[in-house]
Amino acid sequence: MEKFVLKYFTLIRTLIAVAIGLVISVSLIYLVSKDPGYSLQSFLLGPFLSRSRFFNLIETASPVIFCGLAIAVAFQARQFNVGAEGCLYLGAAVGTAFAVSTRMPAFLHIPLVLLVATGVGAIWGSIPGILKARWNASELVASLMLNYVAYFLGLYLINFHFRDKQAGYLVSYQLPQSAWLAQFIPDTRMHWGILLSFVCAVLVWMFLYHTTTGYEIRMTGFNERFARFGGINVVRIIVACQLIMGLLAGLGGMAEVMGIHRRFLWQSTPGWGWDGVVVAIIGRNHPLLIIAASFFLAYLRVGGQVLNLMSDVPSEMVTVIQWIIILLITAEAFLSRWRFRIMVRQAERLEEAR
Amino acid sequence: MSPLLKSILSEQFGYAIFRVMTPLLLPTIGVAISGLSGAVNIALEGTMLLSAFVGVIVSAFTQSLLLALLAGMAAGMAMAALLGYFHLKLKADIILAAIAMNWLASGTTIFLMFLITGDKGSTHSLKSLVFPALNIPLIHGIPVLGPILSGHNVLTYGAFLAVFLFWLITFKTPLGLRIRAVGQNLDAAASVGINVNRTRMWALLLSGFFGSLGGLYLAMGYVSWFGRDMVAGRGWIAVAAASLGNNLPLGTLLSSILFGVVNTLAIYLASVQLPSEFIQAIPYLTTTVALAIYSAQALRKRRRKIREPQAGGAP
Repeated sequence: MEKFVLKYFTLIRTLIAVAIGLVISVSLIYLVSKDPGYSLQSFLLGPFLSRSRFFNLIETASPVIFCGLAIAVAFQARQFNVGAEGCLYLGAAVGTAFAVSTRMPAFLHIPLVLLVATGVGAIWGSIPGILKARWNASELVASLMLNYVAYFLGLYLINFHFRDKQAGYLVSYQLPQSAWLAQFIPDTRMHWGILLSFVCAVLVWMFLYHTTTGYEIRMTGFNERFARFGGINVVRIIVACQLIMGLLAGLGGMAEVMGIHRRFLWQSTPGWGWDGVVVAIIGRNHPLLIIAASFFLAYLRVGGQVLNLMSDVPSEMVTVIQWIIILLITAEAFLSRWRFRIMVRQAERLEEAR
Repeated sequence: MSPLLKSILSEQFGYAIFRVMTPLLLPTIGVAISGLSGAVNIALEGTMLLSAFVGVIVSAFTQSLLLALLAGMAAGMAMAALLGYFHLKLKADIILAAIAMNWLASGTTIFLMFLITGDKGSTHSLKSLVFPALNIPLIHGIPVLGPILSGHNVLTYGAFLAVFLFWLITFKTPLGLRIRAVGQNLDAAASVGINVNRTRMWALLLSGFFGSLGGLYLAMGYVSWFGRDMVAGRGWIAVAAASLGNNLPLGTLLSSILFGVVNTLAIYLASVQLPSEFIQAIPYLTTTVALAIYSAQALRKRRRKIREPQAGGAP
């Protein structure tokens, strides 16, 4: 048992943090709701109680996976670029504009639209990277500011030039059918973009753990000075990892537009860029763990929506819970004394055995 | 003269600069003082949000400005203390912990606002108070200068006092000396018996204090209600402004004035035939550009410092 704890300590620590988060949400529901039993049931079981909600959970996870992968690539190199939100928004807006104003067969249209969106995301994501690499400007502040700029630019593009005035509310024109990602299970919104997010997770995993550049990214994050003296072109890595971040975020945003809404309808930023930060931290920047973390977050999200709909507890509770979990996970010393005690006990036992 | 130029050269414009820069100057001081200690508090976005919310709620239910002020300050400092606990005691990365705290503040305020008012957007339904405006007796009568400098909110004058207070703490108190020592060389400071963690905790608490005043002004002076995520990036602009000002009193004042002028200009430009989205993007874009220019200069200065002794050659 104790050996098991030592071996999987980080995983256990993460799970305990998640469990504490769930305990807090249960207590919050009991504190706030007039009918806590029912609210609790809607929150915890809600996502599984109907077919549509279950598929809703999978749909919700997809853009979070994209953004989690995006953030993870930057975080692996210890670049705190949190610009996934802006890259996603601007990428999807420009991609939509391109899709709406061009006509071509689907086999050309889909990849081209995705290419435009990822290109815009990559360019936008690499700006803080270039500022950091060249002038040592804080990529955190730069990417935060650029998130706002991207939001206003995207909004301007859609509302002033591609707004569908017949729609009755502020949305873009509908994408031509040739740019739709097909939905493949009837009566659900499961689309190819969701599978694309899984494929991307595997690709990012192979990239980070089985290519030279991926190794260099991880080395830079592990110890930048060491990496530099080891002959790694750190400047290139700093830009590259943030470029890939923007690329993945742009792809995620566009896939969402092409697969689900078929229009650009975000008048405020959808928030997946920040969810990406959450799942990257929970999944310890590992692409495959990020998938699991994204499903967990999607579960909380859908549960929160059901809760909001069926009871008197606002869905912002989920925001509170998810960031409490993050706070606990980032606290390195959280539970470390427990681990230390086990290590001492193990050592003593070894001593006795001798 | 064009109408835009006319309105920019008016007294109202000068007045507006002070109004707009107050919620930037206070958090900038907050970031700067924590930055001096080496543990930069980038959770001021959330600190301001929480203080603004607590201030509005307390003032609405007690109808007491003093209680609202105290509660708001307590909330801001509690948030800083929590960040300090997680960073200094539980060894959390301060950047990630602060990002989490900012979002925690955003979620918590909306959650509680809904429970109290039944509204997720703003507290318009509550009768909350605002801090009074002050007319300064002598200056008020001076033409041109009077309307610009007089009649501001108490907290606007408080913000300028805060710059002085910041200078006083940093350069005239033992605590300030310790904060600077810890920030400059942690090991050296520890070796002469300074408790590094306690000093940083004090710096964080002070940053929470200044930040909370900024939040209070925003909801109880700048406007008279609390709205969801109403801080709108000011806490982050403060991070840029503080590094632009080298974390020093005069520097933070000057960089806050710069951002205040730009933000006021953006508001005044709304009268021009430009899409409002462009104008709203201006403050954030300027911050990015200013950050890049500042960083480039700081880097050049550092490189020159490294090169000079080499140019002199070995003795």
